Amino acid sequence: MKAVISINDICKDYMLGDTPVRVLKGVSMEVMSGELVALMGQSGSGKSTLMNILGCLDQPTSGEYLLDGDDVTKMNSDQMASIRNSKLGFVFQNFNLLPRTNAIENVAMPLIYTASHLSKHEARKRAKEMLIKFGLESRMHHVPSQLSGGQQQRVAIARALINNPPLLLADEPTGNLDTETSREVLEMFQEINQTQGTTILLVTHSDQVAESSRRVIHISDGHMLDGFYKKEEAS
Amino acid sequence: MRTFHSFSMAFTALRRNPMRGALTALGIIIGVSSVITMMEVGNGSSESIQKSISSMGANVLLIIPGEQNSSGISFGSGTAKTLTPKDCEAIARECPAVRAAAPIVKARAQVVRGSRNWVPMAIVGTTLDYLTISDRENLMKGQPFTQRDILNGNRVCIIGKTVADKLFEQEDPVGKDIRIKNVSFKIVGELAPKGANMIGMDQDDIILAPWTTVNARVSATSLSDPNQSTDSETDVNTLSNLYPSTGPELYPPQVDAAGNSTGMQVRYATIDQIMVSAVTSEAIPQAIDQITNLLKDRHRITPGKENDFGIRDMTEMTKLLTSATSVMTNLLLCVAMISLLVGGVGIMNIMLVSVTERTREIGLRMAVGAKSRDILLQFLTESLVLCLLGGIVGIILGHGSAVLIAKMLKWPTAASPMVIIVAISVSVGIGVIFGYYPAWKASKLNPIEALRYE
Repeated sequence: MKAVISINDICKDYMLGDTPVRVLKGVSMEVMSGELVALMGQSGSGKSTLMNILGCLDQPTSGEYLLDGDDVTKMNSDQMASIRNSKLGFVFQNFNLLPRTNAIENVAMPLIYTASHLSKHEARKRAKEMLIKFGLESRMHHVPSQLSGGQQQRVAIARALINNPPLLLADEPTGNLDTETSREVLEMFQEINQTQGTTILLVTHSDQVAESSRRVIHISDGHMLDGFYKKEEAS
Repeated sequence: MRTFHSFSMAFTALRRNPMRGALTALGIIIGVSSVITMMEVGNGSSESIQKSISSMGANVLLIIPGEQNSSGISFGSGTAKTLTPKDCEAIARECPAVRAAAPIVKARAQVVRGSRNWVPMAIVGTTLDYLTISDRENLMKGQPFTQRDILNGNRVCIIGKTVADKLFEQEDPVGKDIRIKNVSFKIVGELAPKGANMIGMDQDDIILAPWTTVNARVSATSLSDPNQSTDSETDVNTLSNLYPSTGPELYPPQVDAAGNSTGMQVRYATIDQIMVSAVTSEAIPQAIDQITNLLKDRHRITPGKENDFGIRDMTEMTKLLTSATSVMTNLLLCVAMISLLVGGVGIMNIMLVSVTERTREIGLRMAVGAKSRDILLQFLTESLVLCLLGGIVGIILGHGSAVLIAKMLKWPTAASPMVIIVAISVSVGIGVIFGYYPAWKASKLNPIEALRYE
């Protein structure tokens, strides 16, 4: 099994005025390819900071981070941008779709920044295929304001997966959805995880989400609580 | 990211808020259209100013013969008889910067008609080109004399309004005869009045006749004396032949070399001046060069020797002309710059608002892999497209209103492709300059904070 995420003794300081505040106090973990992991913690526990570092949006103050074998801590911002484009997919709590832009354009958006430079036609074709896969065939030309929350989140997931990334990061993906839709979205994550083998990391504080994943990592006050490698095998 | 993508993205982004885009571009539209309108109206009026100034003779060059020396005594410029009608023809034929060239033979003599007499300021023997050069082709009455009249030395003339008033009062002079120095001339036309010239000389106090006739019949007596002006001044009265005021010449003047070499009779071989008009006022220096080279060649003036002719131009008038035009152009340019500056500030303002408004979008784009350069380009392209569209609409509007002004107010206008090119490049420049700061600000956003921005 190959490790998709491998972090070792990650620390992160923020400057609060003149005094540095340590938010992450030496976090180490590994996530293997094909895993579905839930990252849980109270607000202020540092899970968002860890998420930002794992998502290559921020650099740790110290420590090591290997993403799919690449050392992220030694990269500049442009290299991080292309890593985000090719190896990561983001799903946000508030969907973050482009307003007044239809579903196809939203899904095809990351392809603008890929190195392979697909033609516009090809990009749209791929976006359509993704949307059909997620059951949004009849909603392809709708703009976000015409879509329900669940549909918006499905569009966002389609966007995150358009480049076939090895890792999908979801930050409170069901936070803005009702229970029924949350269940649907979580089932979708499980299906993606099983059929495509995409590694998924869910950040959440909902037990419903945690139950759906095979492994739960708790984080509190900048420390990993449940230790390294504690696995909760679901059935 | 390819150019096409960035442009289509810019269009998509602008389409999301068409009203705001239109209002923002309005600054540029107004700026560019006012520039275009003012430039076209300004160009039109400066062209018409130029035209009227050049009709006063700004394009005109005067070629005069050189000085003549007799035993070290100079007779002043224009005293040597070195210019021939062939020179004049050659200038008109061989100098591309010259529009027309007319030979000039001058005389000053009393003109008699019935019981009236008058001494016009100038009796000018010339060709039809004189009318072209002095912009007097439209006669008030009658017809100009013909080429045949010039070849035959016919006794015909065209008179100016002052002469007509003095000799004919209310009568129509065309078809009547007058006597110049006891030679009878038939009046074939009357010049349209032109008034005084810049130094106050009455331009209507003139008689035009074929140069051959004037040379042979009017100023013939002056041939013995090369210093024609002294002669003609004393020759105001026909009685002076009876009571000559000048004594015999002690030292006969130098024999004219140019006349001898042609083998023609001296009186036919030389003319007093050549009047030349350049194609445009800008072409005057060129015309001077071409004429100088040609005449040096024709008069066999080897390098190092002094020219036996001189060229006079109306530098003062040309200066006036260029200064009138450049002041106008600079003034318009200032107004244009100010209005475009205001438009540019408007663009910058809206782009800054747009960046703030779309912070989340910027964060998202960065999260899915946009480099800061991509974001910079995206916003720069947006402001560029906005300015370019504004510029194009402005050009159309500006040209339209210039055409409208020309139609409604009958102001002269002149469209110029130069102005359009400048307007386009200025609006592109404004798009880049005023769009850069907002775009740079966008590209420097922190993706984490941008994604969390509410």
